[in-house]
Amino acid sequence: MARMKLDEAVDDVIAQAMAADERIVVIGEDVHMLRPGLYTQFGASRVLPAPISEAAFVGAAVGAAMAGLRPVVEVMMVDFIAVAMDSVLNHMAKVEGFSGGTWTCPLVVRAACGAGYGDGGQHGQSLWGMLAGIPGLSVVVPSTPADAAGLMRTAIEHDGPVFFMEPKLLTEGWLEFLGRGGREMLEFDVPKAGAEGVVPDPLPAVPLGQAVVRRTGRDLTILSLAVGVHRALEACAELTASGISCEVIDLRSVRPLDTACVVQSVRKTGRMLVVDEDYTHFGLSGELAATALEAGLRPAYGRVGVDDTLPFARDREAQALPNVERIVAAAKALCG
Amino acid sequence: MKQLELYARMAKARAFELALADLWTQGLISGEMHLGTGEEAIAAAITARMRAGDAVALDHRCTSVLVLLGVDMAAMLKESMGHSDGLCRGQAGHMHLMSQRHLAAASGIVGAAGPTGAGFGLAAKLLRRGSVAVAFFGDGAANQGMLLESLNLATAWSLPVIFVCKDNGWAITTNTASVTGGDLAARARGFGLVVQDVDGLDGSSVDAAAARAFRRARRGQGPSFIQARCSRLDGHFLGDPMVKTARQPMKQGAEVLRKIMAAALKSGGGSLTDRASSLLSMTRLLVKVRDNRRGGRNDPLVRARRVLRRRHGTEVSEIEETVRNEVRDALSLACKDVSQWRG
Repeated sequence: MARMKLDEAVDDVIAQAMAADERIVVIGEDVHMLRPGLYTQFGASRVLPAPISEAAFVGAAVGAAMAGLRPVVEVMMVDFIAVAMDSVLNHMAKVEGFSGGTWTCPLVVRAACGAGYGDGGQHGQSLWGMLAGIPGLSVVVPSTPADAAGLMRTAIEHDGPVFFMEPKLLTEGWLEFLGRGGREMLEFDVPKAGAEGVVPDPLPAVPLGQAVVRRTGRDLTILSLAVGVHRALEACAELTASGISCEVIDLRSVRPLDTACVVQSVRKTGRMLVVDEDYTHFGLSGELAATALEAGLRPAYGRVGVDDTLPFARDREAQALPNVERIVAAAKALCG
Repeated sequence: MKQLELYARMAKARAFELALADLWTQGLISGEMHLGTGEEAIAAAITARMRAGDAVALDHRCTSVLVLLGVDMAAMLKESMGHSDGLCRGQAGHMHLMSQRHLAAASGIVGAAGPTGAGFGLAAKLLRRGSVAVAFFGDGAANQGMLLESLNLATAWSLPVIFVCKDNGWAITTNTASVTGGDLAARARGFGLVVQDVDGLDGSSVDAAAARAFRRARRGQGPSFIQARCSRLDGHFLGDPMVKTARQPMKQGAEVLRKIMAAALKSGGGSLTDRASSLLSMTRLLVKVRDNRRGGRNDPLVRARRVLRRRHGTEVSEIEETVRNEVRDALSLACKDVSQWRG
């Protein structure tokens, strides 16, 4: 049992796994600088700094995984996965299917995601909906250090490709590197419980496709993940004062999606609100609506997401992201 | 091009970027502020040959080129602070500056200037014969597939594109040489481009290469590749932890050093040799960072001043005074409503 920052907890799990299994390697741009601990402990033969060639090194990680290694490949920010999209869409996701289930591709893609520190529309996207739309991939997004560690452990042990996404606002290392740069006067709206917390030892693995109920309630089910979970929990306090009792579900895993958990809660409350830092349209929030409909439910439905390209201006960025104010307004509209 | 004119352009770019650095330090600019300090000689010489109708694809170090193309400085400063009356209405920020009027567009995706530049070249060829496109990128970007594919495309379609590789030896925080096979000039030659390898810290050398490349492109003789070796004086971006660690290891780098030392002693993992070699390569990077700084021997402005000092000392001072005033005026205009600004 130790208090850890989110990225420390993840790096710690990777170090333990690497010490136990020589097939695990870390590949990515600047990994010597991003993961100085791993680089020092395991050396450049297992922690491999890559050129800025996402298409090549993510593609190479797929080949390496097919041929016996278990790579954890870092693409810095998930926005950059666009450069390597062919190896994601047409290769890592297809190996198991094409081989009739006889050949697997045990690979973790570690990618920082999300906005809230004024980095503009090419560096602050979430994209988990787009990625989770591809059969053959798993996509997980933790909201606490303990879940981050548990999900990374599961991802490393899993025999297929897993996207492990790390919300930058919860990750001190990324936030300092990209956002603060040593400037103490800057303020970021970091949910404390997400950025640092107790990580149990021994660490329980968090299975893929298992959501967790963060708060129980009667009137409204709020479905969220990553930073959104913390914003939703903050909104609950205000909603309780208005007589609205909310249940908050942290999905943790986008694909596979814990449909049973979603359906059970929505059946109880009859109302659902999706709080999603990814794009509003053609993504996770629509998928969750379909999940309820396919289960024969007809809940009142709303969503708070990112509607357009993220603005650079910080005040507009704060409005574009799912914030407490927008969640409260949407919840009241559903329960009014 | 006269050396004094080049110097004036370089000094203006530097003064503008120092203003950005100051605003960043005051916390008025968010995001990853990448400066082009160390690239001024390249920006000055290349942009001096551009004219209306030419287009330019830029990377994340875009501000010096834009200043020298005549993009409004106050509008860029406002954009960098996210103001709604900034160059891009506060939507883009300093990493994605664009101006349709100047046919200039930056991108934060490494390597993206290659394909965009090729497309700008195609449009020039079909719509504005005699116009050219310039693509600015770094040596790190030269390992991106899309960039290499663009070199091929430009040759295959005989596009009027000038690919300018600002080779500062770095790919973010990685020593480019350690992740690059062969050499970039040979690569570009392999794609059929006319290649010139020049000292990018010296404006006159870049100017000579630019003269040839622009002449070829304007005459419809196809693309060129200029490899201009330069320096990176302010790290990958402002606040770069490697710069802080290299310059103030005890004060700023304590956290990184603590992590490294703890890891070096952890049980399990690589052999003693592996660990020692990791530590050594980290140390080498820090030394490389320390050797590049403003005012040092790899600063193109310092070099230019050294050449001009004896015969043109007065003009140099006048130039510096003029650009300082221009930038100060732009800064005052951009910050007149910013209450936190310390001018």
